Amino acid sequence: MADITAPKLSEAPALRRVFEQTPWRRLVILAAFALAWELYARWLDNALLLPTLGATLSALWSAILSGELPNRTLTSLRVLVTGYALGVGVAAVFTALATLSRWGNEALGLLTSMFNPLPAIALLPIALLWFGVGTPSLVFVIVHSVLWPVALACHAGFRAIPPTLLMAGRNLGLSGGRFVAEILVPAAFPQILSGLRIGWAFAWRTLIAAELVFGVSARSGGIGWFIYTSRAQLETASVFAGLLTVILIGLLVESVVFRSLTRITVQRWGQERT
Amino acid sequence: MNVAPRLVDLAGDAASPSLLTLDRVSISYPTRDGILTAVEDVSLALSAGERLVLLGPSGCGKSTLLRAVGGFLKPSTGEIRMNEQPIGAPGPDRMTVFQEFDQLLPWRTVLGNVRYALERGRSLSRREAEAVARGWLERVGLKNFVDAFPHTLSGGMKQRVAIARAFALEPALLLMDEPFAALDALTRRQMQDELLKLCEETGSTALFVTHGIDEAIRVGTSILALTPHPGRLAATFDVPPGSRTRGTTAFAELEQKIQQAVFADPELDHG
Ligand SMILES: Nc1ncnc2c1ncn2[C@@H]1O[C@H](COP(=O)(O)OP(=O)(O)OP(=O)(O)O)[C@@H](O)[C@H]1O
Ligand SMILES: [Mg+2]
Repeated sequence: MADITAPKLSEAPALRRVFEQTPWRRLVILAAFALAWELYARWLDNALLLPTLGATLSALWSAILSGELPNRTLTSLRVLVTGYALGVGVAAVFTALATLSRWGNEALGLLTSMFNPLPAIALLPIALLWFGVGTPSLVFVIVHSVLWPVALACHAGFRAIPPTLLMAGRNLGLSGGRFVAEILVPAAFPQILSGLRIGWAFAWRTLIAAELVFGVSARSGGIGWFIYTSRAQLETASVFAGLLTVILIGLLVESVVFRSLTRITVQRWGQERT
Repeated sequence: MNVAPRLVDLAGDAASPSLLTLDRVSISYPTRDGILTAVEDVSLALSAGERLVLLGPSGCGKSTLLRAVGGFLKPSTGEIRMNEQPIGAPGPDRMTVFQEFDQLLPWRTVLGNVRYALERGRSLSRREAEAVARGWLERVGLKNFVDAFPHTLSGGMKQRVAIARAFALEPALLLMDEPFAALDALTRRQMQDELLKLCEETGSTALFVTHGIDEAIRVGTSILALTPHPGRLAATFDVPPGSRTRGTTAFAELEQKIQQAVFADPELDHG
């Protein structure tokens, strides 16, 4: 057969490329927000209610230098990663059961519709009863916050795979674990990825909230505890520094981990537009 | 024009053992409003090297029949046999080229798709699979696109990949479900010619579904016409090699004959 020749590419103008690739709009908005904060705080002139941006940043800096904030952050992240991994693992098992059997399917449908609307933090009292004050209780509520959205997304993803693609996979004689790992999972990856993203956001929020509620009793608390104690000592700038850390870590994971995962997978495969 | 029973005779004929036999196959779908019989009482036989075309209007059960041969659907009555053995689950001995463009794995490149199929379907090592895959992609004219992801290809190019993948697995039987239906007329013609060449070069046995009479004559060695609702065999036609060239009188005459026999409404023939 005659070869089809590759289409010729011409280069996009350099200036436009730079303009399109840098998130300059975001930077402008961020700068405007920072300016507004600083000006309003100065005008208000009440460090107990609203410290200036400058005061917040210097509180953040000294908390980092003293090693307290990094330690607290590490504690939080350790609990978070444990709970997240566990939640995703359980979600994978649940989804597998739901995909393999009708009973599993019904069970997952029922459980997700029951537990998904329930804020994980509402389970904290039960967790404290069952596991006592400490990491296991935190992990329990995080697992709960991750499990249902991730299982829901995976299950929906599996069911949305085009039948032709499934048949093409079965045509190669694939079945069982290989079919799941090599066809179902990559085919449902856009949904799975967005489930992981939502699960991450839920887990992070739940953890901070749970740490705040723990309050007085946790000796080696995380960022939530840092925020709580700062407020108790009326160091509002440190409260804001703690909040800023929560936001920054959330943003970092979102824009570094998940964004690059999206770029090297579903965007490259054309399953999601850039 | 001879009528369906010829094929039933063939099925029982020991002198020319058939590769594929359909023995009074009916297929139905359970629907909300009751059971829909999509294919009723179809018997046919196909021997090695033959290319049988199932021709019929939209909705007459062509895809259903092809899927049953592929093993994706179970007949409600009757039996499908290959080499006198009832067929089992789908497998690489019956490779299907589907009508839809989404039959390629979007997360693998063009080369990756064909190579993966060879690794799994023919159990080749990665290196062997890669060499065979490259060879087939070159044969379908895609050697400049081996590293492209499917979503960056045109519809015709995607179908070429699917065809390369199917041929590369050297199936005993090729199943093609209107692989060119979604292409423009010009590309379709070109692809028909190229497919015919590949089939003749490899001596492949194929079951090909279409609703275009010209396509049926072009690629088939014999044609089976189906009537709709439910799908039943209406008539069979042999395509002598001389009638296979477009623009000849033999081609036009056969086209006319099929048209009169199958489509009461002349609007229906070109889809
Ligand atoms: N999954 C399904 N569930 C219920 N009915 C179905 C299903 N698939 C097909 N049918 C019905 O079976 C009949 C035959 O469908 P089929 O897809 O085999 O037709 P076809 O000849 O391939 O048509 P086309 O040329 O449009 O592709 C149609 O009436 C269709 O509505
Ligand atoms: Mg069809």
